[in-house]
Amino acid sequence: MIRLEHVTKTYPKASRPSLDDVSTSIEKGDFVFFIGPSGSGKSTIIKLLLHEIQPTKGKVVVNEKDVTALRSWRISGFRRQIGCVFQDFRLLPNRTAYENVAFALEVIGKSQGVARRVVPEVLELVGLGGKEHRYPHELSGGEQQRVAVARAFVNRPLILLADEPTGNLDPDTSIEIMRLLDRINRTGTTVVMVTHDSNIVNQMRRRVIEIESGKIVRDQPRGVYG
Amino acid sequence: MRFKYVLSEVMVGLWRNVTMTVAMIITMAVSLTMLGASLVLYKQIEAMKGYYFERVEVSIFLKNDATDQQQQALAEQLRNDPMVKQPVTFETKTEAYNKFKVQFKDAPDLVKATKPDSLPASFRVKLKDPKQFDQIAATYRGRDGVDDVLDQQRLLAKVFGVLGAAQNMALAVAIIQGIAALLLVGNTIQVAAYSRRREVAVMKLVGASNWFIQSPFVLEAMFAGIIGAVVASLGLMAAKVWLIDGTLKPLTSLLTPVGWGRILWMAPILVGIGAVVSGVTGWITLRFYIKK
Repeated sequence: MIRLEHVTKTYPKASRPSLDDVSTSIEKGDFVFFIGPSGSGKSTIIKLLLHEIQPTKGKVVVNEKDVTALRSWRISGFRRQIGCVFQDFRLLPNRTAYENVAFALEVIGKSQGVARRVVPEVLELVGLGGKEHRYPHELSGGEQQRVAVARAFVNRPLILLADEPTGNLDPDTSIEIMRLLDRINRTGTTVVMVTHDSNIVNQMRRRVIEIESGKIVRDQPRGVYG
Repeated sequence: MRFKYVLSEVMVGLWRNVTMTVAMIITMAVSLTMLGASLVLYKQIEAMKGYYFERVEVSIFLKNDATDQQQQALAEQLRNDPMVKQPVTFETKTEAYNKFKVQFKDAPDLVKATKPDSLPASFRVKLKDPKQFDQIAATYRGRDGVDDVLDQQRLLAKVFGVLGAAQNMALAVAIIQGIAALLLVGNTIQVAAYSRRREVAVMKLVGASNWFIQSPFVLEAMFAGIIGAVVASLGLMAAKVWLIDGTLKPLTSLLTPVGWGRILWMAPILVGIGAVVSGVTGWITLRFYIKK
């Protein structure tokens, strides 16, 4: 599903590469943690997979397609196959939970009819049934992240990327979000999560790839934070 | 649905930033009015040149003591001259005096002081190519019985010079105001993109197409351009009613009239220019502002 082939990413003006000749592959339906200290380059992987940045060297292959060779007008179509959640939720503050999720459908051309059918379903799935018409500021952090997960998942993407999704949440809420991601993973969606939350990694016992100074130093199935 | 969404975004965007929208429309309107005026003047000058070049004459004035023989010889030569449009008319002293009386009927003293005999007789010659005046002048000036050769075109050239200067000035104002208008468009689009940065970020994240993300902004710019052009067109029509057909009537009747058709034709041209130029400016601004 995802393949990195000798990927090196050096940001302009940086003295050393953020990712240094990294190769790995992730199968369809996998659940993978990328862990490592701040600045180790793990968030760079998310940006590469989203085609927000281009690798300096090497190839990024997603769903058998070479992302690095993607034409600019194909990027939007490519991103529809990928859902993404972030530490800061990135919800629209002037829209309700329902509207935030529906927005993601509407801007890629889905009709309101589709939204009316699909959005309540996915909000129910993430455990927000009954809170559809609350605004983000009327929801707790965990609930806001659920809205974000609903938005990322509403298009049934092949891959769900999560960039420190529990970074702003307390431990109990974090566990709940992890259960939700686990449930999404069980539907066949590949989940790639960047984190430095050791608790969660140790509890989940999923594949762990540890990055340090831009290099993979450990790749372990059913691993722990170490 | 998408159309409705885009349209409502445009309206919200324009209203949120209403002072900028108004500034954009005003500068756009002034610039386009000047551009329109300049184009009308340009067309006018072309039409007038055509009109007058058809009619301008070269006058070959005869000396007071020119003999009939000299006059006959000149008439003969003019009739066979390939540069000259036939027929050549001859204006006698009496005819010249009668014309003079009509032309200066408002100055009876001047007419009284002029003797019927004091105005020269002349040949009135039209040229096939008005630019050949110098050759005509060279041929006939200094011939027996010829006093002087005068070209009305020389006079007209001065009038056209004044009109041309007015046209250039209008064009200069149009360009300067146009630059100001486009800078305002660029600025407004940046502000709009900034105030909608969250939406833009989410749209990019979930894979909305570029045209979908950019079209509300581009349409916003185009809207201002179109309204500005409509105001400019109304301005030109007002100028036609109150200036051309009003205050400046005595002057404009001397020149060729400016028709309604020419003024009305400017409206679609200005709307087109306003929409395209501001739309393209908005789009280029976005390309710099919203990166992939």
